[in-house]
Amino acid sequence: MPVRMNRQTKELIAAAREMQHARYVLRLYVAGMTPRSAEAIRRVTDFCEKHLTEQYELEIIDIYQKPALMRGEQIVAVPTLVKHLPEPLRRLIGDMQDEDKLLFGMDLVTRPK
Amino acid sequence: MSTSETIPAGIPKCPTGIRGLDEITYGGLPRGRPTLICGGAGAGKTLLAMEFIVRGARDFGEPGVFVAFEENTDELAANVSSLGFDLPAMVEQQKLALDYVRIERSEIQEAGDYDLEGLFVRLAVAIDGIGAKRIVLDSLEALFAGLPNEAILRAELRRLFSWLKQRGLTAIITAEQGQGTLTRYGMEEYISDCVIFLDHRVADQIATRRLRIVKYRGSVHGTNEYPTMIDETGLSVLPISSLGLDYGVSNERIATGVAALDAMFGGQGYYRGSSILISGTAGTGKSSFAAAFADAACQRGERCLYLAYEESAAQIVRNMGSIGFDLQRWVDEGRLRFHAVRSTLFGLEQHLVTIHKLAAEFRPDCVVMDPVTNLNAVGGDAEITAMLTRVIDYLKQSGITAMFTSLTSAGLVIEQTDVGISSLMDTWQLLRQDDMAGERKRLLYVLKSRGMAHSSEVRQFRLTEEGIRLEEAQ
Repeated sequence: MPVRMNRQTKELIAAAREMQHARYVLRLYVAGMTPRSAEAIRRVTDFCEKHLTEQYELEIIDIYQKPALMRGEQIVAVPTLVKHLPEPLRRLIGDMQDEDKLLFGMDLVTRPK
Repeated sequence: MSTSETIPAGIPKCPTGIRGLDEITYGGLPRGRPTLICGGAGAGKTLLAMEFIVRGARDFGEPGVFVAFEENTDELAANVSSLGFDLPAMVEQQKLALDYVRIERSEIQEAGDYDLEGLFVRLAVAIDGIGAKRIVLDSLEALFAGLPNEAILRAELRRLFSWLKQRGLTAIITAEQGQGTLTRYGMEEYISDCVIFLDHRVADQIATRRLRIVKYRGSVHGTNEYPTMIDETGLSVLPISSLGLDYGVSNERIATGVAALDAMFGGQGYYRGSSILISGTAGTGKSSFAAAFADAACQRGERCLYLAYEESAAQIVRNMGSIGFDLQRWVDEGRLRFHAVRSTLFGLEQHLVTIHKLAAEFRPDCVVMDPVTNLNAVGGDAEITAMLTRVIDYLKQSGITAMFTSLTSAGLVIEQTDVGISSLMDTWQLLRQDDMAGERKRLLYVLKSRGMAHSSEVRQFRLTEEGIRLEEAQ
């Protein structure tokens, strides 16, 4: 690391390194235990273990059990995976079969493959 | 259309409470089915839908859900508060539920198969929460803009409409007009029970609104384009085509306001409920005869509505005061009501709706339109004739005597100038000025007066401080 750096540069570098270890706050909304819901749950949990080891919180919500939650979260399609943190907020819809799209949706890669 | 008319038997209807719309649909929208309301931007789709919900909850005891995809609930409430609709209070009373479904394309990414069960559950929560009988989805097309997979969407829409039907909900779905199609995303494929098209067009800088029922399965309905208006009480539709030549006639005669003129009409004046045209070139005294007619009506204790398109009420009162008519007295007593408005302020349709509204509210015995030719500024001859036909049919059906003044251009053969509207008139009285021996003389004659022996003399008259004076016949 060069010796002479101003404070802002140091902060930005630190923030960029920190992002790799950012905490992910995720919520997965499914509608009952359908094959599609099961697929989405397996895919998301596998994905988190693989790419976000020990840096995520995942909550899985059955919309039939907690319908009141959907208004605030603006859920229309299911399954929906909402990434609350880190920002920006993202909604991934689908059964999450496509890992590349998950990587992109979680902002882990900057462009879809 | 009179309410006593028998409503043809058919499918059950759900009244909208919107003036005129329930008449042309013979009772309202198809109950328990979805109706598509389409039209361009600003055509009044959201307003119609909102009135359906609010009036349903307030006037028909049917709670309703309004699902907005484009405006949030605060904006919605603010937009209709000027119509006297207090949405927050109705939500509080559980008569109405508002839900804002926000679909932000930039936040959404697709990763595999999905369905819209989330939307279904949200709708179910809102519906069951208040026991809704009505629902509005305004506008479902936001889904097309927000969700990437159109094939999934179309399958889900089909499921949605059959779900709404299963639940017995009367629904309004709004949709934007497309290029050469009723709706941009082909919503008419899914909703085939009832389709209503709202049109908002501008011609010669004058905006007019119209409504048309494109189809209504299992029910008779009016098929015309109906003039529509949005004002401080909401939307109103004018059911004109239902009128016809079936009104009763009266044998009663009423005074013209000029005794010597009464004499020219068989000594008794005009027929009650007839239509009277007074035409003449500028400055011949048309408004003076109109004032005499209005004054006579008020003296009989009747009510008169005076629609002025050229002068303000105060100016008419002042001018007519100078020839002996104290119109202010009748205004003060509530017998005479002026409605003075520049004809160019609105389109013909709106003038028509205004006349209907004023007549329904004030219940006049006589109406004066001074002058009808001024409406030329906002419509062609054919349109004015069509509008006057509607006005006259309506007034006749209500037994109201109507006087129209018409300004004719000098130099034309006077009998030809009003040929378009004269056939609508029962009585046609002509005024003109002639130069004779260095003096301009005012002349009057009756060109026609249906159903009575009228004078065929040409009479000279003067406007004096004591009113209109007809000179003795030569």
